[in-house]
Amino acid sequence: MPYLGGEETVRELKRCLSNPNIQSDPLRYRSTVLKAIRAMSQGVNVSGLFSEMVKACATVDVVQKKLVYVFLCSYAAVNPELSLLVVNTLRKDCQDPNPMVRSLALRNMSNLRLPSLVEYVEQPLTAGLRDRAACVRRVAVLGWAKLHNLQPNSEIDAAVVNELYNLLRDPDPVVMVNCLRALEEILKEEGGVVINKPITHHLLNRLKECDVWGQCEVLRVLRRYHPQSEEELFDILSLLDASLICSHPPVMAATLSLFLSLSAGLPAVGSAALRRVCGPLLAACGSGSREMRFTALCHMQLLLRSIPGLMGAHYKRFFCGCAEPAYIKQRKMQVMHVSVVACLYVEQLLCRLSLCLQVLVELVNDDNVAMLLDELKGYCTDVNADTAQAAITAIGRIGRSYSDRCLEILTELLGLKQDHITSAVVQTMRDLVWVCPQCSDTVCSALEGCEDALQDSQGKQALLWLLGVYGERIASAPYTLEVFVDGVRSEASLEVKMELLTATMRLFLCRPAETQDMLGRLLHFCIEDETDMCVRDQALLYYRLLQCGIEKTQSVLQGRRSDPSLGVLIGRPAEPISQWACSFNSLEPLMHGSVQTEPASRGSPEHVAPKPNTDLSDTLDCSHTETDPTGSDGTGQRSDSSPSAMVVTPLILSVSPAVSPEEFERLWLQRHASLSEQGAEDDGESVWTEERFQCPAVPRCSPQSLQAAMQLVNIQTLAFTPPHTRPWRVFLYTHTLHAGTTPHSTLILGELLYAGDADPAAGGQEERGDGHDEDVKVTLKQQPRDDEALRGFLSVLTAVLHTLSSGQP
Amino acid sequence: MISQVFILSSKGDHLIYKDFRGEAGNDVVNTFYEKVTALTGDQPPVVMSHKDLHFVHVRQGGLYWVATTTADSSPFTIIEFLNRLTSLVKDYCGSLSEKSVQMNFALIYELLDEVVDYGYIQTTSSDVLKNFIQTEAVSSKPFSLFDLSNVGLFGAETQQSKVAPSSAATRPIQSSRDQGGKSEIFVDVIERMSVVVGSNGVVMKADVEGEIRVKCYMPSCSGYGAAVRVDECSFHQAVRLDEFDSHRILRLCPSQGEQTVMQYQLSDDLPSAPPFRLFPAFERDSTGRLLMLMRLRCDLPAKSSAINVSATIPVPKGSVSLSQELSSPDQSAELKLQSRCVVWQIPRFTGGTQLSALLKLEVPGLSSASMLEVGPVGLSFELPKFTATGLQIRFLRLSPVQPGLSQRWVRYVTHSDSYTIRI
Repeated sequence: MPYLGGEETVRELKRCLSNPNIQSDPLRYRSTVLKAIRAMSQGVNVSGLFSEMVKACATVDVVQKKLVYVFLCSYAAVNPELSLLVVNTLRKDCQDPNPMVRSLALRNMSNLRLPSLVEYVEQPLTAGLRDRAACVRRVAVLGWAKLHNLQPNSEIDAAVVNELYNLLRDPDPVVMVNCLRALEEILKEEGGVVINKPITHHLLNRLKECDVWGQCEVLRVLRRYHPQSEEELFDILSLLDASLICSHPPVMAATLSLFLSLSAGLPAVGSAALRRVCGPLLAACGSGSREMRFTALCHMQLLLRSIPGLMGAHYKRFFCGCAEPAYIKQRKMQVMHVSVVACLYVEQLLCRLSLCLQVLVELVNDDNVAMLLDELKGYCTDVNADTAQAAITAIGRIGRSYSDRCLEILTELLGLKQDHITSAVVQTMRDLVWVCPQCSDTVCSALEGCEDALQDSQGKQALLWLLGVYGERIASAPYTLEVFVDGVRSEASLEVKMELLTATMRLFLCRPAETQDMLGRLLHFCIEDETDMCVRDQALLYYRLLQCGIEKTQSVLQGRRSDPSLGVLIGRPAEPISQWACSFNSLEPLMHGSVQTEPASRGSPEHVAPKPNTDLSDTLDCSHTETDPTGSDGTGQRSDSSPSAMVVTPLILSVSPAVSPEEFERLWLQRHASLSEQGAEDDGESVWTEERFQCPAVPRCSPQSLQAAMQLVNIQTLAFTPPHTRPWRVFLYTHTLHAGTTPHSTLILGELLYAGDADPAAGGQEERGDGHDEDVKVTLKQQPRDDEALRGFLSVLTAVLHTLSSGQP
Repeated sequence: MISQVFILSSKGDHLIYKDFRGEAGNDVVNTFYEKVTALTGDQPPVVMSHKDLHFVHVRQGGLYWVATTTADSSPFTIIEFLNRLTSLVKDYCGSLSEKSVQMNFALIYELLDEVVDYGYIQTTSSDVLKNFIQTEAVSSKPFSLFDLSNVGLFGAETQQSKVAPSSAATRPIQSSRDQGGKSEIFVDVIERMSVVVGSNGVVMKADVEGEIRVKCYMPSCSGYGAAVRVDECSFHQAVRLDEFDSHRILRLCPSQGEQTVMQYQLSDDLPSAPPFRLFPAFERDSTGRLLMLMRLRCDLPAKSSAINVSATIPVPKGSVSLSQELSSPDQSAELKLQSRCVVWQIPRFTGGTQLSALLKLEVPGLSSASMLEVGPVGLSFELPKFTATGLQIRFLRLSPVQPGLSQRWVRYVTHSDSYTIRI
């Protein structure tokens, strides 16, 4: 089609429209109008034709009328004076015997969006509300909403509002739903349409008459209703049960949303609804429309946050199709990963096995996992680099429980020698080794020769970290490092340089003969030639450290190599439904997608690098938990206890609002700074305390019983090490609430540490106390300071710990 | 609540723009197009936001169908609405393409006007809409007798050669008025298979999602029945199920246009063997080329056949060129460097036969690990006159009996949603 350009066209059209010959021939007249509209929709400014179009409006041809109205509504704002002329025609049309013409005129009259015309529109709208034809009433009802929004400051006409409330009983369901919509808009400032018991029951009874869209609207509005009794609530819920498993995803989602808001205080009902909805949601996940699939998958992830085991049996449904776009594939992998963990979890419950990692590894002949790994393996070589990376990361996470098989796959992938795959694999291996130190042998032997294929800084950093920490076990480590040291001049990434410094230092400590020369060269380069302050400072620090003697250096640099407790520690308990219920069936879960689908492995230590701090174990530790956005490897179990706060006069403990593991980590790590600076316990806002309890039996009790006990008094345990590991630790948090005259709340974070019979040197810097090895050390952080609340909390905690240890043999 | 609806061609031309609430200007159309073209392809593009405006879009018929909305609206509703809009446009304009949308823009404006008022969806039922829509559809290709005969051939059992694609019967519903009341009803059973076959030939996963679609060009009632085992099924609201449990009869009063009468799913144990099996063999020849011998067997019954079969075989990175030996001249194999795969096209594949292809790939620096990158093979195909679940429509009866000619067509087709064979 030729592009109809600018003024020329407008002039031509104007001539045609005012030509009496054309005007007398309905077909030619209509086609000329059509041309004008076509030009309009192509972006040509045809507002100059307004007066001709007003004339064309006065016709008996409905099609032409509709076309002209499209034009008039688009340009009315530009020509307010001329629009006045249209109103006459429109008002005449409102009297037309044909209801279709009436509704058309009424709709377009209210669509002109001219505040100056309001007075002319009101009368036909009032008449329209009482029209015989439903289609006119539908338009008139919404017309009032449009009118109200045109003059937002005007007073609300009580008569109209009353009339609209009456029309809720209109026999036509669309009129009823439109009334709801109009009242919502008109009464926005008063909180929307009143949802009381009679209205609710009326709406619910007529729900069946509405079409899909109407049902969604009604269900959405009803979320504001609070049933007066439990009986009523269950009546409503059972009435809605049929729409919950409706085959139309919009109705299903709206019903679930309503279910969740109605049953906010009854977690059991909520999770029953989630299980019920799982069938239709799965069907939507397999829908023909890709966009619908994506939406359903995103919402599925929300559900899995509360019931990780929900999809365990259906894991195959999340296998990716070969023709699916990458964004869906990555989403499915996240869901799949959650599902595999869920499968394990179910199995664990069946076998009544303890939560510890070793047992998970023993479950290795589980069929599901073999298939899932096989499936994931297929994606690792995907053309799309991000999909491949996501698959490799997923394998790495499963590797925490099934390390042998996963390492086999990962090692195989290294053989491909492709940069993006190698980089992802090395990063995954680093993360894996940190959690499962038993994999280190395999990883060390796999690393040989993969440095050539590494291009990006993330991968290089991961490799360097591994080389530094496990240097004594990798035969070729010095040679690999030498390549990096030689190329340091051309290295662009700051983080890689800093990682290289640390790695070379560490290697020097265990293999001095081979490394001394290159360390010297590296330090020389970094101190003399390097322009970046961070790198230079770090090099200087190391240089001076070396001057202090080898023991000092060793004590600084040889941090922890791994933290097996993290494997369980990362486990995030099932969230209560209320955490996400408000975002269900909104655009929010879909928007989050873009953030979450970033391959998780990317978040590795780069953001902690500028800190000239050698305590790498801590920084890595921190980054590690952050790299786990879906986070549900864990097998942490939590029944949704209602947040009924237990009263310990006058103190109330409460677990909500929940603190996410990331948040906890952040708050907790602030302590190092404050402790080292002041050595005291007060850093303005928050307060640190330490206590010791004589209850050696506690660390031997199972995590489940500890968790259950803590939950009884509303203390949320966030993470544990498995029993019998040393040092044994538990992280927990709670909120205290003063019910007194000045109600205020504080947040308490805590760590229980039991060093036990372990080697004190390996236990980390936390324990200095001699002769207290039998004690459980409690470190608490309170924010903001409130001594009374803290004392109350301590007494509760003491009581729990003593009860627990007396219960143990 | 929908603020605006617009339709863009894949090149970014504005085809349709309708503002329902006057909350944002039409410059957002360009903003949307910039955003959607800037995506790298691996981000989820369904929802995008610009300031406090949210774009929700679906892609159908090569066009962007976009709605702008506020954050608290339901994505299910909006996406379902956009999908419904596309099918309405398809019903009214006959087909879905840039051209048909361009030619029928007046009709689409009219449709949008009736479907949405002030951002609220009023109705999408074609029964209601047909009373309001006045504009006649303009077919890009006039409906001719030739088309009709083509459709007829397809319905006839004896015809073997010419098979129309499953998208036959693309004509606007309203043109039936011109056709002198010619009444026709098409019943399509469409199934989508998604199968994963392991490297040892064992089916690891098999899902079939099927639907019975009725496309009706007559103003009357009908009923029809079927008997088969399916896992889960759901029905259109116009279906009366009184006799479904006893006789497997669905009774319905279809409205004009296309609608899905029944949807069903079947997982894991299919009544028949999976339609294709692949026997691959790999070898490196003396000159360092990678030889791939692909033998593909079609396990369909001998009288049915698959059409438009295309196998996508991922190949090692760095493959440079391909030479092939195929068993018949109508097949083709092509190396796609962009997506790193070889695409083997087979226009027609009779059941019970076996085809083979010898693909010789020039891969510099081929290592043994590169073999990991070969596979899994993805197949796409269309199986006309075949249902994977074995669902059949036994009879299609119109009641009351129509005076004059009424044509009834029952068609079966199975598509591959995703058919993956591991190597």
